[in-house]
Amino acid sequence: MKKLVTALVFVCAYAFAQAPSTFAIRNAKIVTVGGPVIAKGTVVVRKGLIEAVGENVAVPSDAWVVDGEGLTVYPGLIDSLSTVGMPGAPATSTTATAGRGGRGQATPATPGTPVTAAAPLARGPEDRPATTSWVVAADEIQATDRRIETVRSAGFTTAVTFPTRGIFAGQGSIVDLLSGEKAGEMVLVPSVGQYISLTRAGGGGGMGGGFPSSLMGTISYIRQIYLDAAHYQLVKDTYAKDPRGMERPAYDRALEGVLESKRILFPANRLVEIDRMLRFAAELKQPVILYGVHESYRPEAIQVIKKYGAPVLVSLRWPEPTRDANPDDVDSMRTLETRDKAASAPALLKKAGVRFALYSDGLDQPRDLQRAVKKAMDGGLSREDAVRALTLSAAEIYGVADRMGSIEKGKIANLVVMRGDIFEDRTKVELIFVDGRKYTPAPDTATPGGRGPATDDPGGNR
Amino acid sequence: MNKAWIAALIALAPLSAETIVIQNATVMTVTKGTLKGSVVIKDGKIAEVGEKVMVPQGATVIDGTNQYLIPGIIDCHSHIAADGGINEGSVSVSSMVDIKDVLNPEDIAIYRALAGGVTTANILHGSANAIGGCTLPIKMRWGKDAQSLIFEGAMPGIKFALGENPKRAGNPQGGRGAATTVQARYPATRMGIEDTIREAFNEAKAYKEEWDAYNARVARGEHLIPPRKDLKLEPLKEVLEGKRYVHAHSYRADEILMLIRVADDYGFKIRTFQHVLEGYKVAKEIAAHGAGASTFSDWWSYKVEAFDAIPYNAALMAKKGIVVSLNSDDAELMRHLNSEAGKAMKYGGVSENDALAMVTLNPAKQLGIDNRVGSIEVGKDADLVIFDKFPLSDYAKVQKVLIDGTVYFDRDNEVSGRPAKQAEKQKLIDKEKQNQQRQQPARRPGAPGGQQ
Repeated sequence: MKKLVTALVFVCAYAFAQAPSTFAIRNAKIVTVGGPVIAKGTVVVRKGLIEAVGENVAVPSDAWVVDGEGLTVYPGLIDSLSTVGMPGAPATSTTATAGRGGRGQATPATPGTPVTAAAPLARGPEDRPATTSWVVAADEIQATDRRIETVRSAGFTTAVTFPTRGIFAGQGSIVDLLSGEKAGEMVLVPSVGQYISLTRAGGGGGMGGGFPSSLMGTISYIRQIYLDAAHYQLVKDTYAKDPRGMERPAYDRALEGVLESKRILFPANRLVEIDRMLRFAAELKQPVILYGVHESYRPEAIQVIKKYGAPVLVSLRWPEPTRDANPDDVDSMRTLETRDKAASAPALLKKAGVRFALYSDGLDQPRDLQRAVKKAMDGGLSREDAVRALTLSAAEIYGVADRMGSIEKGKIANLVVMRGDIFEDRTKVELIFVDGRKYTPAPDTATPGGRGPATDDPGGNR
Repeated sequence: MNKAWIAALIALAPLSAETIVIQNATVMTVTKGTLKGSVVIKDGKIAEVGEKVMVPQGATVIDGTNQYLIPGIIDCHSHIAADGGINEGSVSVSSMVDIKDVLNPEDIAIYRALAGGVTTANILHGSANAIGGCTLPIKMRWGKDAQSLIFEGAMPGIKFALGENPKRAGNPQGGRGAATTVQARYPATRMGIEDTIREAFNEAKAYKEEWDAYNARVARGEHLIPPRKDLKLEPLKEVLEGKRYVHAHSYRADEILMLIRVADDYGFKIRTFQHVLEGYKVAKEIAAHGAGASTFSDWWSYKVEAFDAIPYNAALMAKKGIVVSLNSDDAELMRHLNSEAGKAMKYGGVSENDALAMVTLNPAKQLGIDNRVGSIEVGKDADLVIFDKFPLSDYAKVQKVLIDGTVYFDRDNEVSGRPAKQAEKQKLIDKEKQNQQRQQPARRPGAPGGQQ
């Protein structure tokens, strides 16, 4: 018996030598986010979970010990709206146009990707234009996407990744940024909501292209889809109760996809769009998250957001002056103001008590991300709140705060260990733990600008 | 302490339930002649109009000496204040779209229209389709949100379009023999446009019958699955039920008659013909149908179907008993509809009052809102414009514009406020430049990650 136990221990030890599953980071500063900061303490990670955290936590005998002297442990960052791991998205910044337009248009589709571009021209809502609502990110994840490592090196352990092409682009999934694993192991929640953009299938020319070719066309299409979905559900339920003598309802995957989605993500940058899309979501009776929201620095915008009680995701791709613009062109007061004040939006949202998180919006490179967050801090957001907006707040918005977002016993061991304060220029990521697996950051091979915004220009014409 | 409170309350009082008196102006009421006198405004409505009025205690007095007061100008055909395109041009029947969904209260054209004395406008879908999108009148409440622009209680409309525009998309781009062609969209002819409208109403009739039958059975207590709601057919059903106005873009006499026949066949009314440049040829028929006509003063020959226009069109149609309005269809023209009305006096000898009615009372009638706006009468909305000179003149400048008794445009404030606004803007420009310069030296040439 004793022999057997010894043998087992031996076997286990051998396995750990390959990929240890117990770690202890001791003597580190621990920013738990959920609770108070621990000036000097220990975090114990076992089998992918946080086993213990505190000032006086014993280091288990089987743990690999990381000496945390001079290091700070934060919860792993969560990118609350990302396209990491999605096929068809470029690995690096080949299409970056910093600021506008980039998404979708310049990205060639890989075979097997559900895209709408090649589809025949839609002649109305019944053709379900630019719709792949049934696509679930978790089913499409490419574990070999090189961006996984890039993003992780910036301290992200988790991404809420979405298919983003089309009007009803598909359902996003919460994934842990593991490398080279089976895609399935990465998935925390397969479907968290439907990504909706206000793309015009017809290209917006007005004439020629398919339906819809205008913003009002896209809005009308979204409205018709939800009317159809409600009707479809009713007919299906009735049929399920008693199919005899009743015409069989035709299967509609576009509506199935919409019905599966527990919330919707709407784009809205300008005040007008924030007002419009929140009103629209209320009309559709769908729980909504707004993304973009650069004009949420305006008091009227915050008022509207508070009125509807919707959480918002603030894009970290702050508006910039158009590069190579005609120097004689002067932007409107509003544009200038938004460029000046957009980065102060997170601080104002925080002050107003709005639920918000920050998202990368295609800024993949660690340096770009760090600077973008720093800009929000310069705009008045405290470091503590900036961390929260990229950890616990994101987890709360998606309803997964019970398993991630803070350093707490029993939660998933997603951690980032830094030398220095997070979001500062000279701070270095030392280690990253994803699902309790230890990673070191890749060397910074940054090319400027990221890969173009993940979200499109919400709302169309300026 | 108490005194301060009372003072504060008195200071605040005019903001809430404001009483305004515009004194000693030349008041062109449109419906009740022109008088030298005053107008009293209470709670956003016109409370009194007369040569001599009592100035209520605490009222704000606006001196109108040597100035002219007219009802707010109404533009029956405008495309401002909408985001993301005004044409859903992909389909020949785009009744599923609605301008209401894309109102943009921050469109500067609203403020500019205000500065031209416009207080209400009919925001129309474009003319790319035989049956276009849903439309609605708005008030130019600059600074308010999208919902607050909507002219509350006004009947919504729908845009129809005949002739060259809707058939163009059915033809290869660039005309016959052009190298590039887009997928043709039916129809490509005027015949096809009639057919498209008839087909749409055949569908709408069947749809209406389906819903009527359903409602009747539900009323009898049956439990049924309702028919599918079709956003394309809903507005057409409303047209059939008389719950939505048809505003039909049209040019040629033959197509105007065609649409009247179609409407008669299906039992609905055309509320207004828009543009209607050949309306003078078929004025009797338009009058008999009961449709209004909203036209340009003197804008023509920009395409073949607009060649047969004459500037006497408005006057001639009015003589046949049609309610005629002059519209802009354009954000710039919208700013001087007063002088457009003046042209009706020159071409066709329309009286001052009738000419002014063409941009106030008549469009109000066409939009079914003449119970609220369009003239200076007790009980109507206090949508008023003060001009410094005779308002139908090119030299007249708008001084103040009130909507619902609130001043939305004030020329003095506008002019005197410009330097401050310019300075504020310059400050932002300078700040941005400084920031850029500060970042520049920190960036090593060719260094990665330098852009942020």
